[in-house]
Amino acid sequence: MKRAERAERAGKMKHVALALLGRSWLLVLLVAAWELAARRAGDLYFPPPTRIVSAMRELWWSGPASRLWLSDRAVDDFVPSLSHLLLGWALAGIVGIAVGVVIGLSRIAYLVLDPVLQFGRAVPPPTLIPFFMVAFGLGTSMQLAAIVFGVVWPVLLNTADGVRAVEPVQLDSARVFGLGGFARLRYVVLPAAAPRIFAGLRVALGFALILMVIAELMGSGDGIGSRLNAAEREFRPDQLWAGIVLLGALGCVLNGLFLLVERKALAWHRGARRMST
Amino acid sequence: MLEIAGLGHRYDDGHQAVAGVELHVARGELVSIVGPSGCGKSTLLRCVAGLQRPSEGRIAVGGRPVDGVPDDLAVVFQDYTRSLFPWLTVRDNVALPLRRRGLARAQRREQALAALAQVGLDGVAGKYPWQLSGGMQQRVAIARALAYRPALLLMDEPFGSVDAQTREDLEDLLLSVRGGADRGGGSEDRGGMTILLVTHDIDESVYVGDRVVVLTGAPGRVHSELRVELPAPRDQIVTRGLPEFVKLRAEVGRAVRRP
Repeated sequence: MKRAERAERAGKMKHVALALLGRSWLLVLLVAAWELAARRAGDLYFPPPTRIVSAMRELWWSGPASRLWLSDRAVDDFVPSLSHLLLGWALAGIVGIAVGVVIGLSRIAYLVLDPVLQFGRAVPPPTLIPFFMVAFGLGTSMQLAAIVFGVVWPVLLNTADGVRAVEPVQLDSARVFGLGGFARLRYVVLPAAAPRIFAGLRVALGFALILMVIAELMGSGDGIGSRLNAAEREFRPDQLWAGIVLLGALGCVLNGLFLLVERKALAWHRGARRMST
Repeated sequence: MLEIAGLGHRYDDGHQAVAGVELHVARGELVSIVGPSGCGKSTLLRCVAGLQRPSEGRIAVGGRPVDGVPDDLAVVFQDYTRSLFPWLTVRDNVALPLRRRGLARAQRREQALAALAQVGLDGVAGKYPWQLSGGMQQRVAIARALAYRPALLLMDEPFGSVDAQTREDLEDLLLSVRGGADRGGGSEDRGGMTILLVTHDIDESVYVGDRVVVLTGAPGRVHSELRVELPAPRDQIVTRGLPEFVKLRAEVGRAVRRP
């Protein structure tokens, strides 16, 4: 039994390693080709990947080992950016789920609020940043407002959809077995809507990164976006590229972490769907 | 236990599902309701369960008029795959309704496991409903209703989509639990469970019922009632071979086909 388990685990790891290899070879090849082409061209605007990496190291990873090699500048850049991103996303998540549940449960709330929501969703979020700058000044409140306003929509609308789509038989069961309003929400409505809520949160996470960068680029004293502004002023294409690569990597990491949580939380959903096909 | 007087229901789209239904069910009785499809059987059950407010007539459960879902009432829905919660394990599905009973977590689990054992599902408490076969899922739904220890149990074509063998097992399970002997030691004695079973299977209605109520189609009304006086314990082979059984099912069959 134990041995079979171990064999199975070893087999699984081999499978994962092969899958990683299968998926990464093209990336490695492309980066290598980029390196060669960039070196041959010798264009200042298109530095080779090795130059970009060394710019990244110089900017952010020249610190002491005790701090994971993060430089002071990395702390100054990452902490405000990441904290705004995550805080704004979390706030938008809470507001979006709360309002989405109300709209999903109440037909009247839906009818009254739907036109407002459709309009709010249609406003391109970056257009509000100048207004937020006037209203809140430069700084944390402005950035948070920009992120929250921009990313609340996918969460809110997905939650409302998910809540409206709960199986009527499941709701009947909950009522027959005496689950009152709160218990019904906690044990039936929210779990049933969870797949859509998670989908909304994932889209929102991607939006949050975009809005974080825009807000920082449009003017604020700190964060990765303001580092990009500085690199532009100092005419350092290698640092600009370093910022681009860093933000891309950050997006991948955030998405990957979110998927891990989602997989765990929605294991039942994937299982049930697999069974029903 | 259950009093239905002059019950009629017309849906918003104008469809009259049931009209003038009169039915009295005594405590501890198992009444089968049969009728052609579209005779408003499900509407009748939904009205008794308090899930649907009837447009006319009165329903009282345990002497109290039905206004919202009555206490001490459980339902086994026809659509078991959708009435169970796929995000909860089998045990938690059965234990969830017991929150209402004010039991501690450990007691809820214990009672859930006992009910699962009653339907022969001891081994799968930790699995999810969608990992089980259709017949097992339906047994989970039955265990959920039994663990709740209702005074009145409503079943809406509960064995409609399981195979013949499982169906017979579940019918016998129903007969065994309603006997009261298996109901475990509830602190207060509520007497035997009263069961209302909606089915489209004429044999089944006679085999499990104390009484068979035949509804006629659109709009549904009570066509006739037949008392089933077959000896207990009932047995799938012996009972179904009795001349009385054959006579009764022919009578019910005629009533269903010729309104």
